[in-house]
Amino acid sequence: MSHKVVLPIGPYHPLQEEPEFFRLYVEGEKVVDIDIVIGYMHRGIEELSEHKHFDQVAFLVERICGICSTSHPFAYVNAVEDLAGIAVPERALYIRTIIAELERIHSHLLWLGLAGHFIGYNTVWMWAWRYREPVLDCFEVISGNRNHYAMMKIGGVRRDIRDEDIPVIKKTLDEVSRAVDMFKGAVMDDPVIQARLKGIGILTRQQAIDWCVEGPTARASGLNIDVRQDDPYGAYDRVDWNVIVQKDGDIFAKTVVRILEMHESVRIIRQCLDKMPKGEIDANVKDIPPGEGIGRVEAPRGECFHYVRSDGTNRPIRHKIRAPSYMNVASNKVAAVGGTISDATITLAAVDPCYCCTERVAVLDKNNGNSRIMNGWDLIKLSQEKTEQLKKVIGQWKI
Amino acid sequence: MEDVVARIKEKFSSRILKSEEKSSRRIYLDINPADIPATAKFIFKDLGCRFVITTGTDTPAGIEMLYHFSQDSSGKLISLRALIVDKKHPQIESIAPIIKGAEWIEREIWELLGVNFIGHPNLTHLLLIDDWPEGKYPLRKEER
Repeated sequence: MSHKVVLPIGPYHPLQEEPEFFRLYVEGEKVVDIDIVIGYMHRGIEELSEHKHFDQVAFLVERICGICSTSHPFAYVNAVEDLAGIAVPERALYIRTIIAELERIHSHLLWLGLAGHFIGYNTVWMWAWRYREPVLDCFEVISGNRNHYAMMKIGGVRRDIRDEDIPVIKKTLDEVSRAVDMFKGAVMDDPVIQARLKGIGILTRQQAIDWCVEGPTARASGLNIDVRQDDPYGAYDRVDWNVIVQKDGDIFAKTVVRILEMHESVRIIRQCLDKMPKGEIDANVKDIPPGEGIGRVEAPRGECFHYVRSDGTNRPIRHKIRAPSYMNVASNKVAAVGGTISDATITLAAVDPCYCCTERVAVLDKNNGNSRIMNGWDLIKLSQEKTEQLKKVIGQWKI
Repeated sequence: MEDVVARIKEKFSSRILKSEEKSSRRIYLDINPADIPATAKFIFKDLGCRFVITTGTDTPAGIEMLYHFSQDSSGKLISLRALIVDKKHPQIESIAPIIKGAEWIEREIWELLGVNFIGHPNLTHLLLIDDWPEGKYPLRKEER
């Protein structure tokens, strides 16, 4: 196969959602190495945090991400409450948990849709994103916003869940439950999807440990780790739920983890709605004493970690933020290697990175030194073509 | 489940300068920067704790490094604190050869705070542009 040598233009493109850059080294069709170049979205948030007062920081960090937007404020308020020894009212713990689990559902549905699109199942994409809508409507009913709900506050939550909103939430959960059951059948049992995702992009258990990954990426490789279980916060230790673990470490395993986690999220929310006591939702914190604290939550993508240090003034003097994707994306150094270019998109997307698709990928053929620039669409097209080939061989299934 | 804090204190008793159990799940152990690789290796390999991240902070006393490890079975977060006193040429031995997951954060601390990680396999820019001016470390207090 011959490639033209093309000068890289850069990872920004007006039509792409988020910029990043992967350099794939190939021998023929096979990926033999990968360079991961990040930093295009670096906004200096840790620095900015030191210029905001403690309450403002919650709004700042909510904007780190649009999909898992509540995870960062949740970890942040946990860190400050750890620092200052603040007791959060019971009702607020339940509300926080409901918000976080609703977010997990819509985040996983988003990923499922994208994964479907990457492998050429646009029906999965449409369905998954269609069933996100009632969840986002739920957020609008509770908080006034479909994303960036501004619910987390040091010492509690900013808004209550009204009794009249609960039937809306319960109806949404019923819809989501039915959708997840449908995905279990249509997606997980589809032989073409299985052929496409099983044995692909494997991260072994030992690699998952070496690269310190967490979240569904770790649980799909057999590691039973989940912050909600290990270092409980919110109301997670007051309700029954299961950690979903799979052992094969391939993309199929990661898909199964995310689909089944949505069922657990529905279970958690239902119990929270039933058990939530009446009462205060805010501890009315005024000052933060000097000290340091660590807060972490299980975001949809894994462990979100915040460290906050205070000197007794009204701003943090250090705020360290570690999103789950920071560890998980780095593990592509091993997971994406050994596969083919047509599997590259879905493999890189399998850790559910906090960006949607590969913006610019340089493909460098080690055998003849020629390089070729492919954009995200080129790679997605290759991936979709592979599915079409498989369908011809295996036969069309339900979708 | 293993009491990892007791095991660390037992193995490194002479090297722990200060220990604070802020709560049952938040433990801070102060050690010398020179002892970081051995202690980190023990916690990661022998005790099977997951490396979470490293926090670097510019303080008047020096560059303070916090290495955070999680014993997932107990929910304990053990943070090793090491103070690099020399702020003109701060350096510490890299733990990346021991823990692959530490490669990126050491690059980040190098470029944002100016700490040299001795033995790091690839100390190049992670977040900042490749021709970022040398000697300008955004997270240092004097840059404000």
